[in-house]
Amino acid sequence: MAWTKKLLRVDLSAGVCTEEALNMEWANDYLGQRGLATRYLVDEVDPKCDPLGPDNKLIMTTGPLTGTNASTAGRYSVVCKSPLTNAVACSNSGGFFGAELKMAGWDMIIFEGKAASPVYLHIVDGRAQLHPADDLWGKSVWEADKMLHAKVQDAQTRMALVGRSAEEGCLYAAVVNDLHRAAGRSGVGTVMASKNLKAVAVRGTQGIGNIHDPKRFMETVKAGKKVLAENPVTGQGLPTYGTQVLMNVINEVGALPTRNMSEVQFEGASKVSGEAMHEPRKTDGKPNLTTNGACYACTIACGRISTIDRTHFSVKDKPEYWINSGGLEYEAAWALGPDTGVDDIDALTYCNFLCNEDGMDPISFGSTVAAAMELYEKGVITDSHTGGMELRFGSAEALCWAAEKVAKGEGFGKDLGLGAERLCEKFGHPELSMTVKGQEFPAYDPRGIQGMGLAYATSNRGACHLRGYTVASEILGIPEKTDPLESEGKAGLVKAFQDATAAVDSAGLCVFTTFAWTLDDIAPQVDAACEGDWSPDRMLEVGERIWNMERDFNMKAGIDGSMDTLPKRLLSEGGNSGPAKDRVNELDKMLPEYYELRGWNSSGEITSETRQKFNLPA
Amino acid sequence: MNITLKLYATLSDLLPSGSADNAATINVDEAISLNQIIDQFHVPRELAHLVLINGVFVCETDRDQSGVLKDGDVLAIWPPVAGG
Ligand code: SF4
Repeated sequence: MAWTKKLLRVDLSAGVCTEEALNMEWANDYLGQRGLATRYLVDEVDPKCDPLGPDNKLIMTTGPLTGTNASTAGRYSVVCKSPLTNAVACSNSGGFFGAELKMAGWDMIIFEGKAASPVYLHIVDGRAQLHPADDLWGKSVWEADKMLHAKVQDAQTRMALVGRSAEEGCLYAAVVNDLHRAAGRSGVGTVMASKNLKAVAVRGTQGIGNIHDPKRFMETVKAGKKVLAENPVTGQGLPTYGTQVLMNVINEVGALPTRNMSEVQFEGASKVSGEAMHEPRKTDGKPNLTTNGACYACTIACGRISTIDRTHFSVKDKPEYWINSGGLEYEAAWALGPDTGVDDIDALTYCNFLCNEDGMDPISFGSTVAAAMELYEKGVITDSHTGGMELRFGSAEALCWAAEKVAKGEGFGKDLGLGAERLCEKFGHPELSMTVKGQEFPAYDPRGIQGMGLAYATSNRGACHLRGYTVASEILGIPEKTDPLESEGKAGLVKAFQDATAAVDSAGLCVFTTFAWTLDDIAPQVDAACEGDWSPDRMLEVGERIWNMERDFNMKAGIDGSMDTLPKRLLSEGGNSGPAKDRVNELDKMLPEYYELRGWNSSGEITSETRQKFNLPA
Repeated sequence: MNITLKLYATLSDLLPSGSADNAATINVDEAISLNQIIDQFHVPRELAHLVLINGVFVCETDRDQSGVLKDGDVLAIWPPVAGG
């Protein structure tokens, strides 16, 4: 159990909501959330469809543990075909929305078709209704959230919304829930807006009642929480410094992509690091970081709540930003900072606020600005394109200006909303796009962390760190240390991380638990909550099945093995300093072995034996 | 010889007072081992998790070796940390 065994199907074209039984045969093979929703996507969506057309579907999905009291069990995912990559998209978010949806009695919502005019979906337990949202359209996430809360007259209603960037067609728009938590990557917000769906408001009062073995579940949850509390990373490191503790680490090892990945170390890293967020400001004596915060049921609490210096140029005349709000996480801080060459922590925090306020993925946004800055430095993008703004590396003014433009889809913000690949193509320099399958890189240079090169190249949603985080092993020594500069042995490491992560993403838990937990800690919790026998081996098998199914969708969408590659810069231009000096990523050495371990042929196609082994859908 | 010692995250407070940017220049004997420096600055050994010389990791078993540092090297130390 633990599933509610109910899904809500919302036909936006017809304006009709219907209840359906969850396909438990599929739940058995794909567990929930990422795996199960992708199984529905594969069944119902033509991989070749226009991602922004009515034939694409948008699935909001929980895992079997979502809403329970297992640590971090508040996760939900948004699954669809991505407009940024044309591949499968699955973006995971924390906060409280996912747990609320589950407590309203739903495992997932499938949105199909397109509403004739803007709507929002309002769910109160078993009742679901579409309402006009013309007044909310054109409003930011923050404003629309406020207006909608006033409408439903219930402060406890949880909401997931899209901002103006999504409405304006920015291809990396996010779905933002609880004001500053986001299903951030691959343009899932753009798909939501393309359906004229502005918001989903949920109130669930039913609790989670159907745990398979409640007594054993409580015991396993308690044991899991003890492991997290006693582990120095999840018990102390993450709550104190958040993910931003990595800024100095990754810079020191020479894998901090800088100025559109043209360099591997950033001279200003310490100024925008987790440590810097604790430093009192000269102006008011307060640090950037106010406190940490936690998502639903989380006992780690890695979240950052921050303020911007009120005298900073970005906000000095804008008291609406003199607030405590979601602060810098490492990936966002990197994309907004080192990748654009900007070392101004207040400018970064302001842009991060704007990314939350109007729902942009800060990784793709920052990386696209970095590409635009390189094009500007080369004289390809000029003042005539930007309306006079000097889009130079290191310019905090240019960065803040760019965020304001993309947020509202104004002027050059439309070009920046295309993402790095389409922008660089438009301006005739595709080689400057630091992307895989059209999605921008996160914060680890694969010249200094070899396994990440393979993880990026083979990720089913384009360049991404959350599909196989070998940084844990290669840099941080979790579960054991491997040499980041060595490519040998990384194929197996990448596959192991990819499969385990797919399982965790399908359970309803946060992947950050895996800094302390292995599947040996997670499987007992799933096993106690769900019917069936959920051993660590079965979880791993489910993870591998999911990976193959996602790959299969992509292949059918025309994204084949030739796209399992990296930009030339990372394969032929050596790092310029630090341990990765003169090194390139050795993808060619890792990829063939990876294909073999996956049971794919030398072109990266899934063999019939592997299809059979995992009983993949036809 | 002089090296740069960098202590990060919860270890920051163990640097000599007046240090900025998590770094201090320290004068050490050429024969010194990493564990001797770790002890000298009261870094609990179990918290010296990531130990890097010029960005390259030194595993626990090699930290008693002497003569691994040269003038101008950067020794950076973190407790167990993670992110992503
Ligand atoms: S570890 Fe961080 S991101 Fe994960 S659930 Fe907890 S607060 Fe949210």
